[in-house]
Amino acid sequence: MPDLAYHNKPSATPPLREDDHSPRAPLSIHDLTVAYHRKPVLWDIDLDIPEGKLVGIIGPNGAGKSTLIKACLDLVPKASGLVQVYGQPYKRQRSVVGYVPQRESVDWDFPVSALDVVTMGLYRDIGWFKVVRRKHKDIARAALDRVGISHLAERQISQLSGGQQQRVFLARALAQDASLYFMDEPFAAVDAATERAIVTLLKDLQSQGKTTLVVHHDLATVTQYFDYVILLNMRVVAAGPTEEVFTAENLHRTYGGKLTLLAEAGHALSQIKRG
Amino acid sequence: MNWIVDDTWIVIIGALTAIACALPGCFLVLRGMSMMGDAISHAVLPGLAIAFLVTGTRASFTMFIGAAVVGVLTAVFTQWITNLGKVDRGASMGIVFTTLFALGLLLIVQAADYVDLDPGCVLYGNIEWTTFDVSFEFNWGSTLVFVPRAAIILGSVALLNLCITVFFFKELKISAFDPELATTQGINAQLMHYLLMTQVAITTVAAFEVVGSIIVIAMLVTPAATAHLLTDRLHWMLVISAIIGASAAGIGHVLAIVVPPLIGFESTTTSGMMAVTTGLLFIVAWLFAPNYGWLSRILSRKDVENPFSGPLPTD
Repeated sequence: MPDLAYHNKPSATPPLREDDHSPRAPLSIHDLTVAYHRKPVLWDIDLDIPEGKLVGIIGPNGAGKSTLIKACLDLVPKASGLVQVYGQPYKRQRSVVGYVPQRESVDWDFPVSALDVVTMGLYRDIGWFKVVRRKHKDIARAALDRVGISHLAERQISQLSGGQQQRVFLARALAQDASLYFMDEPFAAVDAATERAIVTLLKDLQSQGKTTLVVHHDLATVTQYFDYVILLNMRVVAAGPTEEVFTAENLHRTYGGKLTLLAEAGHALSQIKRG
Repeated sequence: MNWIVDDTWIVIIGALTAIACALPGCFLVLRGMSMMGDAISHAVLPGLAIAFLVTGTRASFTMFIGAAVVGVLTAVFTQWITNLGKVDRGASMGIVFTTLFALGLLLIVQAADYVDLDPGCVLYGNIEWTTFDVSFEFNWGSTLVFVPRAAIILGSVALLNLCITVFFFKELKISAFDPELATTQGINAQLMHYLLMTQVAITTVAAFEVVGSIIVIAMLVTPAATAHLLTDRLHWMLVISAIIGASAAGIGHVLAIVVPPLIGFESTTTSGMMAVTTGLLFIVAWLFAPNYGWLSRILSRKDVENPFSGPLPTD
C-alpha cells in the first residue's frame, strides 16, 4: 500500500525530540514547516546532518528542495520550527555558512566583473563603510583560480558561458571559506567539463571536513556524487547514508505516481546495481 | 545668443539636478524599477496638500516633509501590494501612485479656494524663474554673486546622494545585484531598498519643487540607461551617468535659447529641452556605443566569440 505509506510520516526518519538533536551537528532542523500564501510547502522537517558529508537533496519538482535551503538561511519565513548551525541559530553563524543560489536568480547584465561578484562573498568580512582592499581581491582571485577561471576575472559576467557563471558563484562561496555550504542546483545546464570540475571541488571540500548540501536533479549520478541523501517531497521521505536510503522503495515513495520520473528512478537503480 | 549670468545659474541648477538624480537613478535602472521616480513624483501630491491643510502655510520645509513622507510611503505600499496580493510590481506601482495622485488632486481642489497651489506648476515647474529667488549673495573679487535658493537645495541633495552612494557603495551594489546573497552576508537588502527609495523621494520632491518633475523623471532614468550602454562597471556607470546628465542640462539650455528662434518661435521651456536632450544623447549612445551600440553589434556579428573558449580546468 504505497499511497498510505506516502501520506503517513515515513518510518525511515522517526521524529526527533529537541534534545535528540546532536548539539554539534553542522545542521540540525527541528520540526520545520514553511508555507507560501498559507499553502504549506514543507511539513515537519526533522533532520540532523552529520559533519563532513556530501549531501544530495533529491525530490520531484515542487518538493520544496530550494525552499528547504532558503528556510535554513532565513531567506523565506518559517511557519514553525528551529534551524541550528553547529548548535547555534543561523543568525550567529553567518560567517561559517556559504550559499550558492540558482544561476537564474540574478541579472547577468549587471555591470560587474567576475572578480567583483566573487568579492561580494567577502562583504561581511569587509564590513560597513569600508572599501574592498587588495587583500580581498587576492582572496577572490585565488577562489577563481580554484574553479579554473582566474583568467576571466575582469570579464563582465554576461560575457561568460553558463558553466563559467556557475563557477563564479562557486568561487564566491569558496572565498567565504565557510564550513557548511548550501548549493542550489549547481549542475543545472552546465557543460560536462564544469560538471567534472564541480564534483572534484565538492570532494575536495569534503576531504577538508566541510559539509555540503546540494540540491540535485539527476538521479543517475546520485550514488556517484553523494554519500548521504535527503529524499524530499514536502516531507522528508528518507534521509541517511546513500547506500541505505537510496532504494527503489524510497524513490517510489518520493516521486509518487509520476511515471516519467519513475522511469528515471528505475534507470538510476540499474546504475546502482551495475556500480 | 545673449548669455547672461542667469543662464549660467540655470545650467548649474540643471546640472546639480542631473547629478542628484543620476546616482540613485543608476540603481533604479539596474533593479528594473525605472518608473519608481515617476510614481513617487506624482504620488507626493497628497503629501503637499495635507502638509498645507495641516499647517496652513506654504512654507517649503513642511511641504517638503509632507511630500517626502508620502514619497517613501509610495514605495512601502507598492511593496506591500506586491508581497500580499498576486500583483506584479509594475501594476502595484500603478495602483498606488494613481490613487495617491488622485487623492492629492481632490485635496488640492478643496484647498484651492484658499491658496494658489497649481498642479500644473507642480508637475512642469519652471527652471527659468529659479534665478529670481535669491538665497544669499557674496562678493567674488569685485563682482557681486547672487546664489539662487534652487542651487542651494539641489546642491545639498546632490551632495547627500553622493555621500550615500560613496559610503554605502558595497551595500547598494550587492543588494541590487543579489538581494539573497546580501541577506546571507548580514546586509539587510530590504533596508537598502528603502534607503534608495528615500533617496529617490527626497530627490524628486526637492527637485520638482524648484525645477518641475518632467526633468526629474528624465534625469533619473535616461542618463543611467545611457551610461549602462557605455560601460561594464558600476562605478563608471555612476560617474558617466552624472556627466551625461550634467551635459544634457548644458546642451539643453543652449538649445532652448538657440533653436526656437530658428524655426520662428519665441522661446521654449528649458526643463523640457533638457529632458529632450537626455533622450537624444541616449539615441546617440544606443547607435554608437563601443560594445553594446547598434553599429558595433552590426559590425561584430560575423565574429561571434565561442562561449566555450578559454582553457578549461584540469580535474
